[in-house]
Amino acid sequence: MRTGRLGHPATVRFCHWVIALAIPVLLASGLEIFAAFPSFGDKVPEQVVFTPPEAVRLGGWLGGALQWHFTFAWLLIGAGTVYAIYQAVSGNYRQVLFVSRDVAGLWPMIRHYALRGPKPAEHQTYNALQKLAYTVALGLGLVLVVTGLALYKPVQLSGLVAALGGFRLVRIEHFAAMCGLAAFIPGHLVMVALHGWKNFASMWTGSKA
Amino acid sequence: MDGPVDRHRRRRTRRELLKMAPLAAAAALLHPGGLEWVLRSGMKASDSVSARLFRESALAPTFSDREVTPLDRYPVNSYLTDDPEVDLDTWQLEVSGLVRRVRAFTLDELRRLDRLDRVVQNTRHICIEGWDVIGNFGGIRVADLLAHVGAYPGARYLEVECADDYYESIDMASARHPQSLLCDEMHGQPLSRAHGAPLRLVMPTKLGYKQAKYIVGLRVTNVLSARRGYWEDRGYSWYGGL
Repeated sequence: MRTGRLGHPATVRFCHWVIALAIPVLLASGLEIFAAFPSFGDKVPEQVVFTPPEAVRLGGWLGGALQWHFTFAWLLIGAGTVYAIYQAVSGNYRQVLFVSRDVAGLWPMIRHYALRGPKPAEHQTYNALQKLAYTVALGLGLVLVVTGLALYKPVQLSGLVAALGGFRLVRIEHFAAMCGLAAFIPGHLVMVALHGWKNFASMWTGSKA
Repeated sequence: MDGPVDRHRRRRTRRELLKMAPLAAAAALLHPGGLEWVLRSGMKASDSVSARLFRESALAPTFSDREVTPLDRYPVNSYLTDDPEVDLDTWQLEVSGLVRRVRAFTLDELRRLDRLDRVVQNTRHICIEGWDVIGNFGGIRVADLLAHVGAYPGARYLEVECADDYYESIDMASARHPQSLLCDEMHGQPLSRAHGAPLRLVMPTKLGYKQAKYIVGLRVTNVLSARRGYWEDRGYSWYGGL
C-alpha cells in the first residue's frame, strides 16, 4: 500500500470529502423539509414538535430544499457505496469496524479522554472509542439512506416501510438517525482539532500523520 | 509509442486534473446558473430512478374502514381557494387529444357509463410536506375511461385541466395504474367543494399535489406542453411518484 499506518488510501479520502460535502447539505435541507410539517403526528390538529431556526435551513422553501436533498442524496449513496465496496474488498474495514473484542478497550480510553488516566498503549490504527464512533456514524448513515429510500418510495417499497414499522415511524427513524449523525460531527471536529494539522492534512494528501 | 517519461507526465496531468475536481465542483455550486443546473439534474436523476422503480403490479397499501381519517380531521390543501365555484349543473369533463373521438361528459353520464366499474378504496394520501391521511375514495378508474374514449394505447402523458387554473400532467403508466381514480365520492358522500367537487384525481402512487381537484379536462398526448403542473413549474418534482 502507498500509505502508512495512519495514511488514508485515495479512495477513502475521496469518499470522505464527498460525504463531508453531502451531509451538511442533507442536514440543512432536511431541516427545511421538516419545517414544512414540523410534526410527527396528524396534520389536523397539527402539533408542532419544534421549528428549526432559519439559519440552519437550506433551500429557502420546501421545493428548493427537496431539490438540494434529492441531488446530494445521490452523492451520499454513491460515495457510501464506493466506500463500502472498497473497505470490504481491501479488508480495511477491520481498522474501523467496532467488534466485541474492542469493548475492553473502551473504559481506559474514556478515562484518558476525561483526563483521569494514562493514554492506553496503541495496538491498532484506531482506538476502541474511535472505532465505536466511526462504526456508529457509518451505521447511522446506512439507516439514513434506507429510511430515506423508504420515505421516498413508500408504495414501490411498501414492504420495506412495513418492516420498518410504518410510514410515520420511518419519518421518526429518519429524523432520529439525522440527530445522531449531527451529534457525531462536533465530536469528530473537536478530535481532529486536538490531533493537529498533520492528521487533518493526511485526509487530503494521504501522507502519514 | 509512449516513452516512460510521456506516460509519467500524462499520469501526472491526470492527477493534477483530478485534484482540480473539487475546485471545479465548488465553482459550479457557487455560480448561480451552475447551481441551478446541478439541482435540476439532481431532480431529473431522482425522477428517472423513481419512474424506473414503478411497477404497475405494485399496489399501494389499502386500509380498513376503521383506519380511515374522519373528514373533520382530513386536511384541505388548496393553493388558491377552497371553492372555485364550479356550477355543478353545467359542469362537464372534456376528454381530448389522442382519443378516437373527443367527448364531453356530464357527471350523470360519467356515473352511468355501465361498462365502467365503480371502485371504492381506502388508500393513503401523502403530502409532499410529510403528513399523511387515509381516505375512502369512490370513482371510476382513469384507465377505464381512457379505454372507453379509445385513447391511443401508446400515448405517454395525460394532461389535466382544472376549474381553478390548477393544472397537472402525469405519465401514462401511473395514470393507468389500477388504483388511479377519477373520484367523485369521498367517505361515501358526493365529493365536497373543499375536496374538489365534482371530480378529482386520486392516485395513491403519487404525491398529493398530483391529485388535481375540480377537473374539467383531460388531454391524452405524446408531447407535454410547457405548463407541466402548477407546483412542478415552481420547483417540485414532475414525476412525484411514491
